Amino acid sequence: MSAPHATSAAASSSKRDARPIAFVSAQALRERMHDAVNDPHLRKSFRGAMDFLMAKRAAQFPDESELDSLRTLSEGIRQYSLSRLPDLLEQLEAKLTRNGVQVHWAADADEANAIMLGIARRHAAKTIVKGKSMVSEEIEFNHAMHDAGIDALESDMGEYIVQLAGEKPSHIIMPAIHKTKEQIATLFAEKVPGVSYTDNVDTLIQIGRQVLREKFEQADIGLSGVNFAVAETGTLCLVENEGNGRMCTTVPRVHMAITGIEKVVEKLEHVAPLYSILTRSATGQAISTYFNLISGPRKPGEKDGPEEVHLILLDNGRSQAYADEQLRKTLQCIRCGACMNHCPVYTRIGGLAYGTTYPGPIGKIISPHLMGLEQTHLLPTVSTLCGACGEVCPVKIPIPELLVRLRGEAQSKPHDNPVMVGQGAGYSALASFVWRTWARIYARPGNYRMFSWLASRFRALTPSRQSGWTAARTPLTPAPRRLRDMVRDRQ
Amino acid sequence: MSSPSHAGEHAPRTYPTRPAAVYFYATCLVDLFVPEAGMDAITLLEREGIRVIFPESQSCCGQPAYSSGFPEEARKVAASQLDLFPGDYPIIVPSGSCAGMIRWHWAKIFADDPALHARAAAVAARTYELAEFLLHVVGFQRRDEGDPVTVTLHTSCSARREMGTHLVGRELLARLGNVTLAHHGHESECCGFGGSFSMKHPDISTAMVSDKVAALKATGAREVVTADCGCLLNITKRAEKEDLDAGRSKPSLPGEHLATFLLRRTGGQPARRS
Repeated sequence: MSAPHATSAAASSSKRDARPIAFVSAQALRERMHDAVNDPHLRKSFRGAMDFLMAKRAAQFPDESELDSLRTLSEGIRQYSLSRLPDLLEQLEAKLTRNGVQVHWAADADEANAIMLGIARRHAAKTIVKGKSMVSEEIEFNHAMHDAGIDALESDMGEYIVQLAGEKPSHIIMPAIHKTKEQIATLFAEKVPGVSYTDNVDTLIQIGRQVLREKFEQADIGLSGVNFAVAETGTLCLVENEGNGRMCTTVPRVHMAITGIEKVVEKLEHVAPLYSILTRSATGQAISTYFNLISGPRKPGEKDGPEEVHLILLDNGRSQAYADEQLRKTLQCIRCGACMNHCPVYTRIGGLAYGTTYPGPIGKIISPHLMGLEQTHLLPTVSTLCGACGEVCPVKIPIPELLVRLRGEAQSKPHDNPVMVGQGAGYSALASFVWRTWARIYARPGNYRMFSWLASRFRALTPSRQSGWTAARTPLTPAPRRLRDMVRDRQ
Repeated sequence: MSSPSHAGEHAPRTYPTRPAAVYFYATCLVDLFVPEAGMDAITLLEREGIRVIFPESQSCCGQPAYSSGFPEEARKVAASQLDLFPGDYPIIVPSGSCAGMIRWHWAKIFADDPALHARAAAVAARTYELAEFLLHVVGFQRRDEGDPVTVTLHTSCSARREMGTHLVGRELLARLGNVTLAHHGHESECCGFGGSFSMKHPDISTAMVSDKVAALKATGAREVVTADCGCLLNITKRAEKEDLDAGRSKPSLPGEHLATFLLRRTGGQPARRS
C-alpha cells in the first residue's frame, strides 16, 4: 500500500471481517461483566487505583481556567490535525522518507503484521523487544510473531507482567493495574528462572530490569508505538517513564514503530500542549521521565541509534470513523486513559471485562470502528451517560454523545447504506416496537392522558418483578393520583 | 459546535429577573411516580408570588428514547411538546436530566429541521432547572422552621455536568438555618440509574447504587435530598430493598425531592401522595 487511507470509507473493506481478534459475543461480555462486578478483590483494587489516579490528575490542575484553556487548545489542535489528515499523512510520509525512515501503510491488522513480519524475516530476526504500544495489542502483534516463530518480548514493566501472566492489559496506561504485588511476586517466582518469592516492589522491579536489560542487547528489532507524529519535521514522539522506550528505539539494529493514522499533527509546536495535558491527565505527572523525538536512523558518524527505522501507519477502521463528522471526534483521542480512571463502570468491572484492546469509555466508542458493531453493539449501552468521561477528556471528545449515536447505529434496522460496519447488529424488532409504541403514547396528549390514567388507576396490577430494576430495588409503582390530577383537584 | 454536551463547556448562564408567571414542566417521572414533588415545587413557586401554568398536554421530553438510541421516537415526542409554552415565561423543570435534555439535546434531534430546531432552541433558552431558578431568579430565602437536622445531598450527573447546577442545591440548603449538610464519599459519582441502564445492566447498576447508598448512609445523615426524581427513586428504592432484606421496619435512608424538603422546612405544607 502506498496511499493514505484516511479519505476512503473503510466500510468497503471486506478484509476487515477476518481480523485476528477473538470474537466478542454480547453474551460473553455480559458474563465477564457479571463475574468482574462480583469479584470483591477486583472491586477493591480498581476503586483504590482509580481514586489514586483521579487525585493525582486533580492535583495537576489546581486552576480550572488554565485547565479549560488547555483543553480548548488541545481540542483545537486535534480537530485541526484531523481536518487536514490526508495532507498531513502525505507530508509525514515525504518528510520521514527524506529522513531515511521507511513508511508503510496497513489497512488492517493482517496487513500490519505481514509488513512487520516481512521486515523481521529480512533481518532473520529471532527476538523483538517491545516498548509499550496499544496499537501492537490491537493487531495482536505478539501472537502473529509467535506463530511465525519469533519472540516478541514486552519491556514496559506493566506489559512485561501481563505478558508473563498470559493476560491482556487492563488499562491503556497501566496495563497490570489489576494485579497486586503479591500476585506479581508469585508470578515472578513461577516464571522467571532463578527467582524466589519476594513481594518487595523495588526488588521485583530490579528483577524485571535485569531480565530486560539482557533482552535489549540480544534483540534484533525494537518495536515502539508513537504518541505524536509530526508532519512538518518527520518526527516520531514517544512518551514514556521507564526508559525502555529509548532502549527499544536505539539499541537494536532495526526500529519498527507502529501507530494509528490519526496520531499525526502538523507542527512540532502542536506537540507541546498535547504532551503537557497528556501526562497530567494520564498519570498526574507534570512531565514524563522520558520524551523521545525520533527523526530517522543512525547517520554516518553517529555512535548509536538503529540502522533502519520503519513506521507502519495503521487504519484498521479509523477511516470509517473519520468519514463521519460526528464520529470523527473519536479520533481526537490522545490515549491518556483519564476517561477510564473517572468511569464508574470501569471502576467496577476493570479493563479485562470489556474484552477489547481499549477498555472503558474510549474503548466503547473506538472499538465499534476497529471491530465492527457485530461484536461490539452491546458496549455503548454499558454506560449511565453520567458524563464523567467527557468532563475530564483532555481533548473534549463528547463521549456520552458518541455513545448515544452508537446506540442508534447499533439498534436501528439494518439498511443499505450504513456509516458503520455492522450497523443494525443490535437491532431488535421487539425493542423497536416498544419504542414506536412509546412514541405513539407520549407524542399524543390524549393517548398519554389515557395511558397514565390507566397506569395510576390500575397501579395494583403493576408487576412486582420489573426486569433488572427489582434485582436490587423495591418495585416502581405509579402514584394513586398523577400530578395533573393533583393540580386539577386543587384548582 | 452548536450544543456542547457538558456544563464545563458552557458559559455561565445569565438569569432573568423574577417573572410574573412560569410554565411548570413536570416530567413524566414526576407526573406518574413522584407527583408530590411536582406539587411541592408548584407550591414553592406560588408562595413566592409567581403564577404557575401547568400545560395540560405535557408528557415527556423524549429523553428515554434519545438516550436508548431511538432518536426518531425521541424527536416525535419532543416535537409534540414544542407548542406547550406560547407565552414568554420561563419553563421550570424539577429535574436536571429532563432540563438537560431540553437545553442541550433537543438541538441535536432537530438538527435536520431548521423550523423545528429554531422553535426548540427558543424553548431551550428559557428552560431552567427548579433549583437554579429558586436560587438565581427567585432568590429563595425563607426562615427554617424545622428542628436541627443533618441531611446529605445527591446531585444528579445531569445537574452537575449538563446544567452546571451542582452547587445550587448546596447553596439552597445552606440558607436553612437548622440544616447541616453532610458530604458523602465519591459525591460526584453517578448513582447508577442511567434510565434503561438500570434494567439492561442490573449487575453494574446494582453495584453503583449500593455503593452510593452506603456512602450516603455513612454520613449518618437522617435523609437524602436530591433535585432529580430518577436518582431519588433509584437510591430510595435500593435503600428500601436493603431494609426489607435486613428485616428493618424503619427506613434506613429516607429520601425527598429538594422541593419537598425546602417547603417542609420553611413552614409550607407538602402535598400528600394519596
